[in-house]
Amino acid sequence: MPNMSNKKNPMPSQEPEVRAHNFKEVATGYSEAAALDEAMRCLNCKHMPCVSGCPVNIHIPEFIEKVREGDFEGAYQIISKTSSLPAVCGRVCPQETQCEAKCVRGIKGEPVGIGRLERFVADWHNAHSNEAPKCEPSNGHKVAVVGSGPSGLTCAGDLAKKGYKVTVFEALHTAGGVLVYGIPEFRLPKDIVKKEVENLKAMGVDVETNIVIGKTLTVDELFENGYEAVFIGSGAGLPNFMNIPGESLKGVYSANEFLTRSNLMKAYIDSPVTPISKGGKVAVVGGGNVAMDAARTALRLGAEKVYIIYRRSMEELPARREEVEHAIEEGIEFKLLNNPIEILGYHNPDDRRDPKNGCVTGIKCIRMELGEPDERGRRRPVPVEGSEFVLDVDTVVISIGTSPNPLIKTTTEGLEVNKHGGIIVEENTGATTREGVYAGGDAVTGAATVISAMGAGKVAAKAIDEHLSK
Amino acid sequence: MYRITLKKPLNPTVTMMDIEAPLVAAKAKPGQFIILRTDEDGERIPLTIAGYDRIAGTVRIIFQIVGATTEKLNHKNEGDFIEDFVGPLGMPTEIEGLKKVCIVGGGVGCAIALPIAQALHEMGCEVTSVIGFRSKDLLILEDEFKAASEKLFVMTDDGSYGREGNVCVPLNEMFAAGEKFDKVITIGPLIMMKFVVAAVKPTGIPCTVSMNPIMIDGTGMCGGCRLVVGGKTKFACVDGPDFDGYEVDFDSAMERGTMYRDFERHAHEDTCNLFKKA
Repeated sequence: MPNMSNKKNPMPSQEPEVRAHNFKEVATGYSEAAALDEAMRCLNCKHMPCVSGCPVNIHIPEFIEKVREGDFEGAYQIISKTSSLPAVCGRVCPQETQCEAKCVRGIKGEPVGIGRLERFVADWHNAHSNEAPKCEPSNGHKVAVVGSGPSGLTCAGDLAKKGYKVTVFEALHTAGGVLVYGIPEFRLPKDIVKKEVENLKAMGVDVETNIVIGKTLTVDELFENGYEAVFIGSGAGLPNFMNIPGESLKGVYSANEFLTRSNLMKAYIDSPVTPISKGGKVAVVGGGNVAMDAARTALRLGAEKVYIIYRRSMEELPARREEVEHAIEEGIEFKLLNNPIEILGYHNPDDRRDPKNGCVTGIKCIRMELGEPDERGRRRPVPVEGSEFVLDVDTVVISIGTSPNPLIKTTTEGLEVNKHGGIIVEENTGATTREGVYAGGDAVTGAATVISAMGAGKVAAKAIDEHLSK
Repeated sequence: MYRITLKKPLNPTVTMMDIEAPLVAAKAKPGQFIILRTDEDGERIPLTIAGYDRIAGTVRIIFQIVGATTEKLNHKNEGDFIEDFVGPLGMPTEIEGLKKVCIVGGGVGCAIALPIAQALHEMGCEVTSVIGFRSKDLLILEDEFKAASEKLFVMTDDGSYGREGNVCVPLNEMFAAGEKFDKVITIGPLIMMKFVVAAVKPTGIPCTVSMNPIMIDGTGMCGGCRLVVGGKTKFACVDGPDFDGYEVDFDSAMERGTMYRDFERHAHEDTCNLFKKA
């Protein structure tokens, strides 16, 4: 008999006032009892609407059935057939707009907590089993994957399972891409990413760090070195700025820089070698998940006050609802319908050597109101004349998106990009305009989600397999 | 891990090292840089490439001991390893087609200027070099510059070696005497480059400066190395490190450069104390 409760089993979490001061994971995960109870809510629908909502088509009712039977390793094996990073996806996927949005139980209550169950299963596996996913015997083909973020790791994992010899090239000193430099510890512990990368290595994938494709080696040289196909998952790249006065002041960061300092370079630990602004008042400009991550990181680094400044209203805020709710619970103040027009700095006219010169003192904003909808149907924000005001802050973090990195494009002949700099690909194969070269993730789409990047890695892996088995 | 194959102090605060990194050595060009981490959990620091040996597979770096990381690096010896070494990053200095160039280096910036002077010299370009230091004991690479230049001016601020004065003194004299160059390339402290640009400007000779701002990833991801060039935001790691000197906003670059000065000073002191205890 299914569990007909209209509510999901709640996710156990650290209390907001506690977690606002530490970097430990916010959500602590289901117990076995909660997982079993939640699994009982699944109706095991024949037409499986949830699967169609998953960019990597995880066999959701099947794995939940295994959970119901108490066969957690069996559940893991089902998930890992189609997903290379279950512990990551269970945490950072926007399930509410994907699998869970399609769940029949969602019609008259809350959908099944698919993401929470996925996370439970993956964590159970990582704690209890060291078994690497099964791979087919080597087929002798070599494939190069550029970038070790979610699209690259997925592509590498899928190809390794099919018997390909895969080498992943990473520019930074640690594999994981945005999963290590971008998403903070309290949302995605780095040990989990490490474990997922180790799983890939156990499947025979080589990971070469400190190699920048486009600089250290070019795509052409990869082919010369015997790789028969190349997947480019190099990520989004260059942060956008607002081009308003004051963006060079001391204390202004891009979200990428702020998060990289804290996450990858571990500035959040007490004795860092990489400095970061801590404490004071912080304004984060933007409304995406990255902005939420930056704001909540600033809070945990000891900020006395953190603002999110976003030019539209709560309704248009692009971040996941759960992240926004977490941020509000932790005391982050949302300054909605406001747009920054200038960042103000300290200037001592009597002492040019005053170390405070050039430090941020505030951010000048103008109030906005929503006007007519734009071509995408979002109501366009319009400034309210004469409504300027100054918010006193010491640090400003700009989180308004990124533009694709030019390093690979400029060194790879025949690789075409669109007007935004994104690599042009065939949607259902990930094939670029250059034979044998495939691409996916933010390098193609601009900043998007982990799971859509994984979906693209998966599509490309399938296409590479078809291309090389011809 | 990357092995140190050679270590040589050039003066009390500047050290030269060759690092085994064949892939970087195979591609390196004058004007490009590398990023290194001395140890696990170390910070990433950019250093401009001071030379390379493609056959031996080594890359030469010359660094001034200014902070915690360079202090740690300087405590490593030949045969020791450094954790990470990635490159070559940034765009090479544009030297193609140049017939007559003036290279102006200041302090440890001369280490970066040298491979450019050498590359120009090798392609038959007439090189005039002006190198400046605070005093005689900080002088580096004089012989190497002499070998790569038709004319060499060595300047010290205190007159303890060469001529007394800053690098702009011989520049201004040459310009006053009607000397012409295809290009002036300058590398050194920001304030020096700012003055060199001001000195060159009236002549209209193109002037390239090499910027070395705060940087983390070095591949165009973090945006920490941004500069205002021609009123636009540019990233030193992918757009530079060379820029048109006339377009660079030096004042904002100088201000940004001091962002972590206190932190750096404390981190350096802590590191020195650690080594003292050891």
